[in-house]
Amino acid sequence: MKSGGALSIWFFTGICLGVNGLLIFANGIYELIHPPDQQVVLGNLHANVWWGGILLVFGLLYSIRFSPARERKRLSGSA
Amino acid sequence: MNPALLFFSSSTLVHLSTVDLVIIVFYFALVLSIGLYLKGQANTGEDFFMAGREMTAWVAGLAFLSANLGSLELMGWAGNSYKYGILAAHWYWIGAIPAMLFLALVMMPFYHICKTHSVPGYLKLRFGPGAQAISSISFAFMTVLMSGINMYAMAVVMRVVLGWDLNFSILISSLTVAAYVALGGLRSAIFNEVLQFFLIWAGALLIPILGLVEAGGWSGLQAKILQNLTELHVANPGSYTHLWSTLGSFSTNPMGINWVGIVFGLGAVISMGYWTTDFLVVQRVLSAKDLRSAELAPIIGAAFKMCVPFIVILPGLLGLALLRDPQGHLLRLVPADVAWSAQGQAQGLHGYDEVLPLMLARYCGPGLLGLGITALIAGFMSGMAGNVSAFTTVWTYDIYATLINKNASDDSKVRMGRWVTVIGVVISIGTAYLVMQAQSIMDYVQALFSFFIAPLFGTVILGMLWKRATPAGGWAGLLAGTLSSVGMYAWVKVDPGAVRYVALSMDAQDQAQNMFRALWCCLICVIVTVVVSYLTKPKPDSELKDLVYGLTPIPKTGHVSMIHSPVFWGVVVAVIFIILQIVFW
Repeated sequence: MKSGGALSIWFFTGICLGVNGLLIFANGIYELIHPPDQQVVLGNLHANVWWGGILLVFGLLYSIRFSPARERKRLSGSA
Repeated sequence: MNPALLFFSSSTLVHLSTVDLVIIVFYFALVLSIGLYLKGQANTGEDFFMAGREMTAWVAGLAFLSANLGSLELMGWAGNSYKYGILAAHWYWIGAIPAMLFLALVMMPFYHICKTHSVPGYLKLRFGPGAQAISSISFAFMTVLMSGINMYAMAVVMRVVLGWDLNFSILISSLTVAAYVALGGLRSAIFNEVLQFFLIWAGALLIPILGLVEAGGWSGLQAKILQNLTELHVANPGSYTHLWSTLGSFSTNPMGINWVGIVFGLGAVISMGYWTTDFLVVQRVLSAKDLRSAELAPIIGAAFKMCVPFIVILPGLLGLALLRDPQGHLLRLVPADVAWSAQGQAQGLHGYDEVLPLMLARYCGPGLLGLGITALIAGFMSGMAGNVSAFTTVWTYDIYATLINKNASDDSKVRMGRWVTVIGVVISIGTAYLVMQAQSIMDYVQALFSFFIAPLFGTVILGMLWKRATPAGGWAGLLAGTLSSVGMYAWVKVDPGAVRYVALSMDAQDQAQNMFRALWCCLICVIVTVVVSYLTKPKPDSELKDLVYGLTPIPKTGHVSMIHSPVFWGVVVAVIFIILQIVFW
């Protein structure tokens, strides 16, 4: 999307999901090594590891695909 | 005691860890950064109020859906599905999909070709300033109320989950929304709505996934609900998991409604009115860059709308099946006024609208909890921002520039827009406190819809499809429809027995009453418009060009392949919609 200048909404979306995914994934790994005293229901499924991982990958893909450098190149190419 | 500590109570559902707080703070920093980044691109009226009319179909479509996917969706409908069962899904399917497709394929060309800034703006072109004034004033009133509802809902989540004081939460959310909408206008609101769309799915999707694992799949969930409700001696326990088969009579389902109310009250009036004439959602589609994008945007929204029950309705049903108190007894949620009473607080009761946070706390540990809370906050703030940006546009174009300063320059409109954004947020804060008196958030909202949206739909659709409708007819019909709806609501409040006339049954619950009230007031609007139109002089055809079917050359979207055709995707969505009705019959 052009509106927004060099930074597209999809780039912001990628950053948002990527940062959140990284934090959740890292916390999940930490909990695997140091299990908490109180688990949530179905805590044995370690949702924070796989869900955080999915968000991280999704966020990275969007951040790279819609990065400002790529957008500038795309806009200059289409001009 | 340090006054700051008074913001936090000792009894909280969960305690946030450091990683949760980092996720929440990061979200606030990101939305404010987006507002600052977009400030330089909101210098003209077209930029500030219509996002430059350059959004792609995907951005406009996701914003179109997200503008409606605020706190009301997440908490209100999860609470309603706990209260009414799967019947609440009607508000996502028959109560949304047909109307969204109708907007895309039938009404969008008119909105697009007349280049209106708002729905009241269309009424001005079609019926004159009288109908515009009624519509814009009632819409402005409704949006600030809705914004207040979003603030209140966010404050409830913060209170339930984190123990934060309601006033503190309202202050934080309102300051943030006022800042980013005043800076970037509609474009800023749309950016944050798209961001919120992804956050909501990322934060809420785990609840139904893990819930179904715990319940043993859909059949296990049905069996547990039946067992629990039978144990609690609830009437018609089997009806909580059937969409249509219990709608033959008012008394065989928990909502006290029959199929007439759902199909005609909800599907044909409330839903059509909301999705095709509520400027809050229509404004997002008007920002699309061309007609094809404007037609595709509601269809994209409809496709995702069909999936939303998975993260909203299902958690409510899972709450019915799985929630237990610390002693292992079935946890029965209660109406908000009971939960909030001194006795309810002493007993640790929870309201219907708290089912989603309760399920969130059940499955989400550190990190995931922060994401879930952030998703809820994003939904609430997006709901506020959507209402405030729509309020700002309608106030500036349809009240200020039409009734107060007819010669307002573009610069003064943008200045007015920024100031009205702040004022709208301040008024919303006041309305947030009004909402605290309502039994259930969504019941309150549906009452508002039936006041303003249902008659508006009658006026707009007659205006678009019937060239004989006159300005006097449109004005009188809209006024009669609105007043009759408020009148019926007041009648039932004064005399509860009147519900047998308004909703055709004493079994009708609040939602059922709203549906029938909407149906009657829309019919009154149509009848009054037709009668008055036949008694008054119609506009000449030359003045109705580009406003009425039959007198408007419908612009073509250009030759596109089937895969890019809005009609093709509209048919795909319609087929999936029908399949869902059969599966959950």
